[in-house]
Amino acid sequence: MDLLGMTAVELGRKIKAKEVSATEAVQASLGQIKALEETLNCYVTVDEEGALEQAARIQKKIEDGTLSGPLAGVPVAIKDNMCTEGLLTTCSSKILYNFKPTYTAEAVKNLQKAGAVILGKTNMDEFAMGSTTETSAFGVTKNPWGTEHVPGGSSGGSCAAVAAEECFYALGSDTGGSIRQPSSFCGVTGIKPTYGTVSRYGLIAYGSSLDQIGPVAKDVTDCAAVLEAITSYDKKDSTSVLRKDTDFTAALVDDVKGMRIGIPRDYLGEGLDPEVEAAIRKAAGILKDKGAKVEEFDLSLVEYAIPAYYVIASAEASSNLARFDGIKYGYRTEEYDGLHNMYKKSRSEGFGPEVKRRIMLGSFVLSSGYYDAYYLKALRTKALIKQAFDRAFEKYDVILGPASPSTAPRLGSSLEDPLKMYLGDIYTISVNLAGLPGMTVPCGLDSQGLPIGVQLIGDCFKEKNIIRAGYAFEQARGAWKAPELTERAKKGAN
Amino acid sequence: MSKQYETVIGLEVHVELATKTKIFCSCSTAFGGAPNTHTCPVCTGMPGSLPVLNKQVVEYAMAVGLATNCKIHQYSKFDRKNYFYPDNPQNYQISQLYLPICYEGGVEIDTPAGKKVVRIHEIHMEEDAGKLIHDEWEDCSLVDYNRSGVPLIEIVSEPDMRSADEVIAYLDKLRLIIQYLGASDCKLQEGSMRADVNLSVREAGAEKFGTRTEMKNLNSFKAIARAIEGERARQIELLEEGKQVIQETRRWDDNKEYSYAMRSKEDAQDYRYFPDPDLVPVIISDEWIAKIKARQPELRTEKLERYKKEFDIPDYDAQIITGSKTLADLFEETTAICRKPKKAANWILGETLRLLKEKELEPEEIRFSAENLAKLIELVDAGTINSSVAKDVFAVIFEEDADPERYVEEKGLKMVNDEGALQSVIEEIVAANPQSVADYKGGKQKAMGFLVGQTMKAMKGKADPAAVNRILKEILSR
Repeated sequence: MDLLGMTAVELGRKIKAKEVSATEAVQASLGQIKALEETLNCYVTVDEEGALEQAARIQKKIEDGTLSGPLAGVPVAIKDNMCTEGLLTTCSSKILYNFKPTYTAEAVKNLQKAGAVILGKTNMDEFAMGSTTETSAFGVTKNPWGTEHVPGGSSGGSCAAVAAEECFYALGSDTGGSIRQPSSFCGVTGIKPTYGTVSRYGLIAYGSSLDQIGPVAKDVTDCAAVLEAITSYDKKDSTSVLRKDTDFTAALVDDVKGMRIGIPRDYLGEGLDPEVEAAIRKAAGILKDKGAKVEEFDLSLVEYAIPAYYVIASAEASSNLARFDGIKYGYRTEEYDGLHNMYKKSRSEGFGPEVKRRIMLGSFVLSSGYYDAYYLKALRTKALIKQAFDRAFEKYDVILGPASPSTAPRLGSSLEDPLKMYLGDIYTISVNLAGLPGMTVPCGLDSQGLPIGVQLIGDCFKEKNIIRAGYAFEQARGAWKAPELTERAKKGAN
Repeated sequence: MSKQYETVIGLEVHVELATKTKIFCSCSTAFGGAPNTHTCPVCTGMPGSLPVLNKQVVEYAMAVGLATNCKIHQYSKFDRKNYFYPDNPQNYQISQLYLPICYEGGVEIDTPAGKKVVRIHEIHMEEDAGKLIHDEWEDCSLVDYNRSGVPLIEIVSEPDMRSADEVIAYLDKLRLIIQYLGASDCKLQEGSMRADVNLSVREAGAEKFGTRTEMKNLNSFKAIARAIEGERARQIELLEEGKQVIQETRRWDDNKEYSYAMRSKEDAQDYRYFPDPDLVPVIISDEWIAKIKARQPELRTEKLERYKKEFDIPDYDAQIITGSKTLADLFEETTAICRKPKKAANWILGETLRLLKEKELEPEEIRFSAENLAKLIELVDAGTINSSVAKDVFAVIFEEDADPERYVEEKGLKMVNDEGALQSVIEEIVAANPQSVADYKGGKQKAMGFLVGQTMKAMKGKADPAAVNRILKEILSR
């Protein structure tokens, strides 16, 4: 039985049927982790002992019938910016190298209630700032489809771990594309839910008004099931929204007849890799063949999304990251002379260059005399972008496009030119600015054998539309194979 | 001093609100727990924690705003004030800059020149910081976050005050309004009310304001008055010497009666205020405002008028009683029980104030209950004890809130109404003091007082003075 090759929901079914135990599933994941971590570095922390202990406890509950959900006993990996009580949570930063939270993030708690077994914490760009996972203080994560390539970011560890079958599914977070872009690069499926759907309590903030936690999994069915499990109205998060239609798995219907799908012409223009464009058009064609009405339209304002995003996210980050000062927890410099010198040295030594760049940018745009010109203008731009989407959703149920202008770049080719790296976020960030749900589904491979994902965007609170479109597409696309490296590792283990 | 100068003063008053829990989490606001025991991930700024606004804070802020004639921003927001300091666990304070909850209000104060309005620029809500404790033995600093996240309102006045007396009158007015609303106990000494004084001087008749300084660390009305006098003199001296006043923050040292520069405007920090993305805007409906208005208790001015009308209490007495929420509450509760407002007022204005002064206590520190004061009034009225015994009993009530009925019973302080027994005691006293009797008969009224005193002494103070007088006179006139 190819245990590792199963989706989370398939495995959950086997565990429920008592054909597989939670412990066996964890052992299989740990085996794959052992086989591949040296090559890929998906995890910052693997909690082997804790995972086995959780599995034994959960197995008992499954046997006595107190746990029966679709995810009970299924091993999961958590991005390292979500607090887990007593388990190292670093945000892939030196400044939190020793930080063990005193509480667990609400979304993770929801998974625990559903019987998830936490394998460990996945690597990411430092404080989720980056598009390649190369800004991690704990080494780069490699793409299982080509180890010379990045997995994308910032949830690169989560996406690579799912692709490498080092876990059955994972949680990521998405501030400007951090779930959808690495999902595209790693050939996995990921959803960034509508802002306010998943509690941010316990998610270490980067850009608070944009951050959302979401699932990363092998297919749309898993994503819907995981999203259903992590969604909750949380009084501890003031931006949490009380929603009614959260039975996302009900939207797993292979029918898009009459669905109106729009492709923004702005997303197909200059800078888009022709191979990616071809794959996206092909995906749109599949949906059209299944009865959807597909047409191109002008979304407008796309070019303003990047500057608006970097102003807003950096401004919020400059304040959010102020608490990392070496006083209460985390890294403190060895030698210092007085309070301010301690702050300065701890932060200079504890943060990496990309984080510092964004703290400086954010501090600048908020400083007196510049606030109106940058921050307020960016907020107005954000409002206009939302209006552009509102107009589009009067005509369409789903907006379809690429998740990234290219497939995964080579390691080391992105960081030297941060502006170019920021431009790579062009198709994902406006979704965060407008608070919309977005999903990436694998739709092909380029000539180098690297995955391409198609992005489906829905109106606020309309996850069901994109889940339905994604599911229908997936049925027509056919089974998605795991990368060779993953398959080889499994064979080696057998 | 050759020229005439005018002092221009504006105040920033911080008031700690009387909520049970903190502004953004459910930790207790109780004073004096062991360090860091009233804390959670939110008020210690742990990564990933999020603030959730305490509705009671909004209601108190609105109530204070409405009682000070402010307008309410029905769309109000919280902003982050960014600065690094260890008492501030997130290195930003959640406050309100752009859209404070209340604005454009004012209160009327009495001045020697008549009534005057001090305008209020705004009232905003914010969180308090933790407390730094410097351990000199260990050469380190420790932080206690119990106060971190305790709700505050900051009441910012316009520069409308011209003397220390006006400042005190304004503060007293605010304090009474807020105490009557129950929004805070407003104790300056304990820091639940704090005032920063912005002060400048200008030549009398000048139109433009002078350069102002801000003074902090003022923790009593007296310190505020002294600081104002000191700072006024310092600024005038500078101007007289042809020097400039520097815009800066100064710390008042009340022991040395001098202020020290803390930081000048040049090195003032840029707080990089921006709306807190973790909190949603506070939307205040007309209905909510109406509800808070309807709930507004009787304030000082209305109470004062009512006391005069309903209880026939003289203006001066009513002023004193309503000058403290505690005294007014005590008066009303006592009156409600015993239905004797005049007597309740007398006990409060007389013995209560005397003992407070003697023991250097504030009215807020009164520990006895209205029930026991009412019982005492009844005991005197019923003739169970006489008024001099009542004073002694009251001292015990004041100290330990003793039940006067039980106390009088236990100590055997009841008035003796047995006329026969009294008669024979007086006979004895008269027989034992022939000189006094002769003096009295010779026209010396003083001798009567002596004989009464002797009788009371023999009766251990429990005799009814009226009966003693009557019987004594009967015996002496034989």
